Amino acid sequence: MKRDWLPLLLIPALAIAALPLVGSPASWVTLTVAGLAMGLMIFVMASGLTLTFGLMDVLNFGHGAFIAVGAFVAASVMLALGPWMQAESLWLNLAAFLPAILAAMAVSGGLGLVFERVIVQPVYGQHLKQILVTTGGLIVAEQLLKVVWGPEQITLTRPTALRGAILIGDIAIEKYRLLAVIVGLAVFAALALTLNRTRIGLLIRAGVENGEMVEALGYRIRRLFVGVFVVGSALAGLGGAMWGLYQETVTAAIGAQVIVLVFIVIIIGGLGSVGGCFVGALLVGLTANYIGFLAPKVALGSNILLMALVLLWRPQGLYPVAKR
Amino acid sequence: MLRALLSDDLPRSRWLAVALVALLVGLAVAPFLFPGAKSLNVAAKICVFIVLAASFDLLLGYTGIVSFAHTMFFGIGAYGVAIALTRMGPGWDAVAVGVAAGLAVAIALAVLIGLFSLRLRTIFFAMITLAVASAFLILASQLSDITGGEDGLNYRLPMALRPSFRPFEGVTGRMLDYYLVYFVSLALVLILLRIVNSPFGSVLMAIRENPFRAEAIGYRTVVYRTLASCIAAATAALAGALLALWSSQTNPDTTLSFDIMVDILLMVVIGGMGTMYGAAMGAVLLVFAQNYLQDLLALANKALAGVPLLGNLFHPDRWLLWLGVAFILCVYFFPTGIVGRLRQKR
Amino acid sequence: MTEPLLSLRGVKTDIGRYHILHGVEFDVPEGGLTMLLGRNGAGKTTTLRTIMGLWRAAAGEIRFAGRDIASLATPDIARLGIAYVPESMAIFADLTVQENLILAARSGPPDQKRLDWIFTRFEALKRFWTLPAGNLSGGQKQMLAVARAIVEPRRLLLIDEPTKGLAPAIIANMIAAFRELKDGESTLLVVEQNFAFARQLGDSVAVMDDGRVAHTGGMAAFAADSVLQQHLLGLGMDTHQ
Repeated sequence: MKRDWLPLLLIPALAIAALPLVGSPASWVTLTVAGLAMGLMIFVMASGLTLTFGLMDVLNFGHGAFIAVGAFVAASVMLALGPWMQAESLWLNLAAFLPAILAAMAVSGGLGLVFERVIVQPVYGQHLKQILVTTGGLIVAEQLLKVVWGPEQITLTRPTALRGAILIGDIAIEKYRLLAVIVGLAVFAALALTLNRTRIGLLIRAGVENGEMVEALGYRIRRLFVGVFVVGSALAGLGGAMWGLYQETVTAAIGAQVIVLVFIVIIIGGLGSVGGCFVGALLVGLTANYIGFLAPKVALGSNILLMALVLLWRPQGLYPVAKR
Repeated sequence: MLRALLSDDLPRSRWLAVALVALLVGLAVAPFLFPGAKSLNVAAKICVFIVLAASFDLLLGYTGIVSFAHTMFFGIGAYGVAIALTRMGPGWDAVAVGVAAGLAVAIALAVLIGLFSLRLRTIFFAMITLAVASAFLILASQLSDITGGEDGLNYRLPMALRPSFRPFEGVTGRMLDYYLVYFVSLALVLILLRIVNSPFGSVLMAIRENPFRAEAIGYRTVVYRTLASCIAAATAALAGALLALWSSQTNPDTTLSFDIMVDILLMVVIGGMGTMYGAAMGAVLLVFAQNYLQDLLALANKALAGVPLLGNLFHPDRWLLWLGVAFILCVYFFPTGIVGRLRQKR
Repeated sequence: MTEPLLSLRGVKTDIGRYHILHGVEFDVPEGGLTMLLGRNGAGKTTTLRTIMGLWRAAAGEIRFAGRDIASLATPDIARLGIAYVPESMAIFADLTVQENLILAARSGPPDQKRLDWIFTRFEALKRFWTLPAGNLSGGQKQMLAVARAIVEPRRLLLIDEPTKGLAPAIIANMIAAFRELKDGESTLLVVEQNFAFARQLGDSVAVMDDGRVAHTGGMAAFAADSVLQQHLLGLGMDTHQ
């Protein structure tokens, strides 16, 4: 089957190119793992957004709200299960971690449902109004977060068993980052399987290309929209929870901080393509970490440069979806 | 004469006209009507933000472009003057250099962003401006040698604008400073009115309504949009320069933060998109809300002191929540904002 | 006389500010193939799209098997047993040929016998079965688009210019397939510019001009009347396009 491997090869290419610049192989491994972890967390946050755009032609500028809500909910659950988080045992830690991220996903998903019904649905097809209204939704959501959780930031310490790093010789690999990689890959696998092996996945992939034709084949694709939006919001919540633990502080602005990277990732990947989003996210994560090490002041700028370069090469993104 | 001054774009509503006149006069006599540093400060800020919002309306209301990078141009103008005054000392030559530099950078950046992304769809453009603005904000904070970093720059204004300057009895440099801001702001708004009521403005609105049709008729939409972008950016930069000349300090929070972006978005939409006067109404509304809505909320907050969550909803710091709700309602139900409603009333 | 399977009365469709259809009126009898002819821009595609609900009729009535479908949503119209093959083919390029057909077969996996029949007429689909449909040539995509409409039995097939850009050999296959379909259980409404095709297959004809139906009747009579053809279509049926 003819597949386009070229963009995928950019990831190892970038990593290899960074090695001589970073110098020490030990630092390089640490940075690469950090980059992959960060990239995968952003992937989790971005995947829903890219599908929603590809399928419904809706870009939710309020997506950051779901990220923030996820982070706050997870934080509350983890603080409530404090003792388990502090325990030495990995299993107890996970017993606190798991409900936290599940709760984060549930609440974000629920918020997504409300958002779609109330804010997004009335402005299908009107892009300008969409941008305005979803931005308004973001403002309101951030304020509501402060209403519920108060305006101060919440400090979130990582579970005991996930603190610190694994040492292999000279190389230090943070344990939490490994967890982030595992979770991110699991989400990617789940999405890939759903999209490629299920009927719903088939409908989504076809709908991203030509929603009208899917309707003409007899499918009520509007109902699918809501489902995709809600799943996307839940994933954003999961990403937010993971990100909050990564940063170890949670503020209402946490969504806004990372949303720029999310946008860059979906533009690089090609709107509507989960595969592109995956590659784009890893590239962005790696770039942010390598440049963050080499020249910290221009880290965000380097990602914008990356976006510009990719767009010059492929103006529709790495894996453009064949649109009608 | 009035028609010519307003470029034939009259308020078309008794209430609006009354409000505008009140605004014009109130701001004109502010130094005498509201003695005290704080009130004068608010008045000057209103002037500056009216210009900033009006320039944003040119983009959003008249051309149909959403740009999250607008505050960036505001900041560029402010920092241009700030850096020049810091480096070259407090003189009018520094001011001239600063303004010119700010304008040049703003226009250059607007052209760059425009040519690169205005061909793309509205949504792409919005996302890219968000990314660029974020990067700029971080850059400004980090190039502390030039920009003073997080704390910004403190500098001395030219002699004539300092509070200590007293050319005549009862006239201080601060007053002169205020009238500089007032008259330049007024001039800029009138110029914008002229621009949007010119043939150029008509083309912009045609592009906003139906880009394909406009292109088909023969207008290169990319060119027009880029031009509109440049004018808006230049005006925003001038507004920034005015702010820098008013407050003798410039930092990222007052000139580049996304809070400002949110503020001007609220101003233009609630005031009324595509009307210019809406920007003025919106600016006044927002500044008043920042000050007086908080007091109102504080009252409600006290009343609900016992109730946990509900009380929080009315906390004075949450004024933005209510404005955000008003914003959303405006987008759905009142796209022409306050000005539109007033004009309907006649 | 039995009631026509599909009938349109006074159908008006606007696109934005433009009035495209000014009161379209014709019937499609059950069983058999009705040709929808007309010059470029006469409104043939718009008519099909309006029947399918992709554009909402501003006025008028569309009856299918006795019920009014003018206000139904497209998926509901499709579920009544109407299949649509658009002019642009609208195949899903990132999906494989197999996946395209799986999607089109709403009630379950495609029936193997049916697939075998499709493969005999459109052999290329079997060859490219597991490859992305975007790799197909124009003619093969057209075959896939038609195959999607027939992978399950449908009462009415709306087909927009099935032979556009196809090689004569493939057109022959298409003709054979359509003949089998109409002899079977389906009714077809086909927009076409290729008159040899139209004359061979059409049982009845509706000719559109400037947003209205200017003539309806049997194909044989129309094919014999070269004056009428010249008047309505600008050329005779001897001329191939």
